[in-house]
Amino acid sequence: MSSDPAHGTPPGTPAASAGPAVTGPEAHVMVGNADLFVNWARKSSLWYLLFATACCGIELMQAGASRYDMDRFGAVFRATPRQSDLMLVAGTITHKMAERVKRLYDQMPEPKYVIAMGSCANTGGPFFKDSYCVVKGVDLVIPVDVFIPGCPPRPEALIDGIMRLQKIIMQKKNYGAKA
Amino acid sequence: MEAQAIFETLKGKFGDAVVELQGEGFSPAFVVVAPGAVKEVSRFLKEDPALSFDALMCLSGVDYKEKFAVAYHLHSLKHRHAIGMKAFLPRETPSLPTVDDVWPAANFQEREAFDLFGIVFEGSKDLRRILLPEDWEGHPLRKDYKYPDFYHGIKV
Repeated sequence: MSSDPAHGTPPGTPAASAGPAVTGPEAHVMVGNADLFVNWARKSSLWYLLFATACCGIELMQAGASRYDMDRFGAVFRATPRQSDLMLVAGTITHKMAERVKRLYDQMPEPKYVIAMGSCANTGGPFFKDSYCVVKGVDLVIPVDVFIPGCPPRPEALIDGIMRLQKIIMQKKNYGAKA
Repeated sequence: MEAQAIFETLKGKFGDAVVELQGEGFSPAFVVVAPGAVKEVSRFLKEDPALSFDALMCLSGVDYKEKFAVAYHLHSLKHRHAIGMKAFLPRETPSLPTVDDVWPAANFQEREAFDLFGIVFEGSKDLRRILLPEDWEGHPLRKDYKYPDFYHGIKV
C-alpha cells in the first residue's frame, strides 16, 4: 500500500516524527505467563511412543491415520522412547512385558505422560479374573495420567483422552513458588 | 488310509506298545501309544510309504487330574489322511521321548507343553520355557497350580 497523504498513514505505522514505538506490533516485547506458554508448547507437541501390545494398537494406528488424524493435535508417533513425551499403553501388559514397560518409561525424557488405553491397560480387562500372566492395570507398573475405557476404545475416545491430557497439562505449574 | 487300518498296521508292527484306538467321538481318531514307544511309532508313521505322516499339525498337553497326556495331531500331505496319537503319562513323573528329530516343528510345541504343564521331553534339542519368564515358578495350566501373590513386586 502506498502512503497516500489523502488517506492518512496506515494504522500501526508510526509517524516518522513520533520517536520509537513502545506498544503495538512493533514493540518486540511480549509480556505473559511463562507457565501458559510452556504448557501450551508441551500440549501442542505430544509425541507419543508407538507401544501397541494388543488389538488397541489397531485403533491407535487408525486414530493416527488420515481419517481421524491425530497430527492436528500435534501428536505424532515416535519409534523410540527417547523422542517421546507420551506413552500410549495400547493393549494387554503381561508380567513378562511389565519390566519392558518400566524400562521404556524410564528412557523417556521429562516431562512425560502416560495414557492407559483400553480395558486391559486399565484393569486387566477380560483377563482380570483367573489369569496368572496379565498385569491387572498398567498403573501397578508406571504412573498413569488418563485412563480411556473401551475394548478397544474408538479413535474418538482416544482423541478425547488426548484432549483431556492436554487440559491436565495446561493446569501444570512449572515456574514460581510452589504452593 | 482309514483310522482302523492305520491302527492295525501299527498294532502289527509294535504289538503291545500300541494300546488302543479311540475312535468314537474323536476326529481324527486317536491311537493310544505307550510313552516309551512314542519315538519309534512316530518315526514309522513318518517314514512308512503307505502312511507318510509328514506334518505334525499340533502337539498339546492335557491334564486329566489323575494323569497327563500328550496328544499329537498328524496329517499326510501326500495321502491326505490324518490320525491322532496320544500317550498317557503318570502325574508324578510326566516324561516321554522327544520327537523333534522326527518333525523339527515339534520343538516349539514341546517347549510350550513343558512351560505350561511341566512335561519333560527327554533328549530334546532345546527344552526351555517359551512363553513365561525364565524365573517363573510352577506350570500354570496344571489343575493344581497355585497362583503366586506377587511376581517381581507386581501383584498377580
